[in-house]
Amino acid sequence: MTDDSAAAGHLQLGVHRWLARRRQDPGLRQYVVYMAAVLIFGLFAVILRDDGFLTASNLLNIGRQAAPIAVMAVGMAFALAAAEIDLSVGAICALSSLVAAEAVGSYGFVAGAAVALAVGAGIGLVNGAIAVKVRIPSFLVTLGMLGIVSGIARNMNNLQSLPIRNDLFLSVFGAGSVGPISSLLIWTVVVGVIGHLVLHQLRWGRHVLSVGADRSAAAALGINTDRIRITALMTSAAAASFAGVLLAGRLAIGRHDLGENLLLTVIAAVVIGGTNLFGGRASVAGAIAGSVVMAMLNNGLILMGLRVADQLIARGVIIILAVALSMREQKET
Amino acid sequence: MTAAAGTVALEVEGLCKSFRAVQALDQVALNLHYGRVTALLGDNGAGKSTLVKCISGVYAPDAGVVKVDGVVQAIASPETARSLGIETVHQTLAVIDPLDVVENLFLNREHTRGGRLGAWLGVLDKKRMRAESGEILGRLDIRIPSLRRSMSALSGGQRQAVAIGRAAAWGQQIVLLDEPAAALGVEQAACVLDLIRSLRDAGVAVLLITHNMDRVTEVCDRAVVLRQGRKTAEVDVGEVTKDDLVAYITGARAGDLDP
Repeated sequence: MTDDSAAAGHLQLGVHRWLARRRQDPGLRQYVVYMAAVLIFGLFAVILRDDGFLTASNLLNIGRQAAPIAVMAVGMAFALAAAEIDLSVGAICALSSLVAAEAVGSYGFVAGAAVALAVGAGIGLVNGAIAVKVRIPSFLVTLGMLGIVSGIARNMNNLQSLPIRNDLFLSVFGAGSVGPISSLLIWTVVVGVIGHLVLHQLRWGRHVLSVGADRSAAAALGINTDRIRITALMTSAAAASFAGVLLAGRLAIGRHDLGENLLLTVIAAVVIGGTNLFGGRASVAGAIAGSVVMAMLNNGLILMGLRVADQLIARGVIIILAVALSMREQKET
Repeated sequence: MTAAAGTVALEVEGLCKSFRAVQALDQVALNLHYGRVTALLGDNGAGKSTLVKCISGVYAPDAGVVKVDGVVQAIASPETARSLGIETVHQTLAVIDPLDVVENLFLNREHTRGGRLGAWLGVLDKKRMRAESGEILGRLDIRIPSLRRSMSALSGGQRQAVAIGRAAAWGQQIVLLDEPAAALGVEQAACVLDLIRSLRDAGVAVLLITHNMDRVTEVCDRAVVLRQGRKTAEVDVGEVTKDDLVAYITGARAGDLDP
């Protein structure tokens, strides 16, 4: 054997070892969503160069669209981490925009947000209590709740949008900015940082992951699994409410369908971001990155000139593909 | 360890538990003593695991009394059992796969930092828990490649060692081991036996469920035999042979307690 081929053999061996190590190490998998974000950004930057993808106003627009998705995704990450799922987030988001609009008109801007959040957390409490006490899988409970909440939202103002005229509310929750940075972006970062800290630095976050990974083991160690599952579903619902507040702030209205269709987008964002759909592992940063990916895709499809019907189809296909890919990644471990 | 070796740590009297029509435990009595290892023997389905789960708060018994240090306790949940100093290693081990070794050792026993607010919020003191994990495992001579490894990356023996280490770390009074050395290699099983001895020497009352008679004669002081949910024999291990024990388990020989 010549020196060259020996060196090549060594190199090959080294690469193999490196790959083998990568496969065991969750490190690389965590970054798939960030690589996807960069890849899609690059792709659209080239393809949609002449359609204004890279303009400052379009990029800001993507950020504004990503914000409510990201806020909901952070909440959903906790529900999924606990091996629950919350299908009512879109409906809660819409109802909360109306509740906020109503409350802001009567009681001012703090109450507007607070009442909306309380309504969301309350719905989450009902979801969780039914799932836990009546032993119905949360996907069924929240599917029913989706219908109930959507119906209530439609009844609330007879399908009309409710304008918000409180300038403080509008500038704090969506329309305003600090310097060049939109308040939506600031709120997204705040929610993300809090979510990340809660997941990794607080006992509750660790217990959520434990219950999601192995409920009976967690129970055998004395963790109150009922309480954890209920509070996880309250978190997803409250986050959805806050997304509704942000949407209401940005559009200056509350309406029965604001954010209603974001459910699938949110789940896709969370799962692409590396959260296990079946509990035990979650990433808040990944959920936010996944939300940016989804917002970019939405934006790109519109700029490509797809009709609404075709956008729906394309988005559905992309979501299934993306989730399938990230779940294959997860199964390998 | 405050209590003197040989005094009664745990008393179970008249424990009954049934699942629908099946009487899993029928008037079972059991005493565990500080500094002693008691074997709980019986065929599959004899009620051994059910008894352990009743003591550790997983199941609520239908009738009967459990006393810890002579005081009647209602052990309504695993948390109650743990707060009474009763730690359990279940057959399933109850380790959380995606969490690492430190996180598993301290699960639901986390140290917090940041004073009262930190305790209320549950702010984890990761540094302290990592340091103490090293101490716990070192004291018990449990060797794990890395404390940062997730449990799913460990071998079966290592997982078992962590589960037992956790019970040993928190079980200051009473440790219940449900088949802790099942599916272990010879060397690892020997480690488990050493662990049990060191618990005993530290004054802990140990209950050991096993199917392996060698282990019974090696580490146990007394043996309690269950058969179809009833206690059929209770003997000093030093006074019987392995064959006697097997005969009690299979029912080939009636124990003194058989009706």
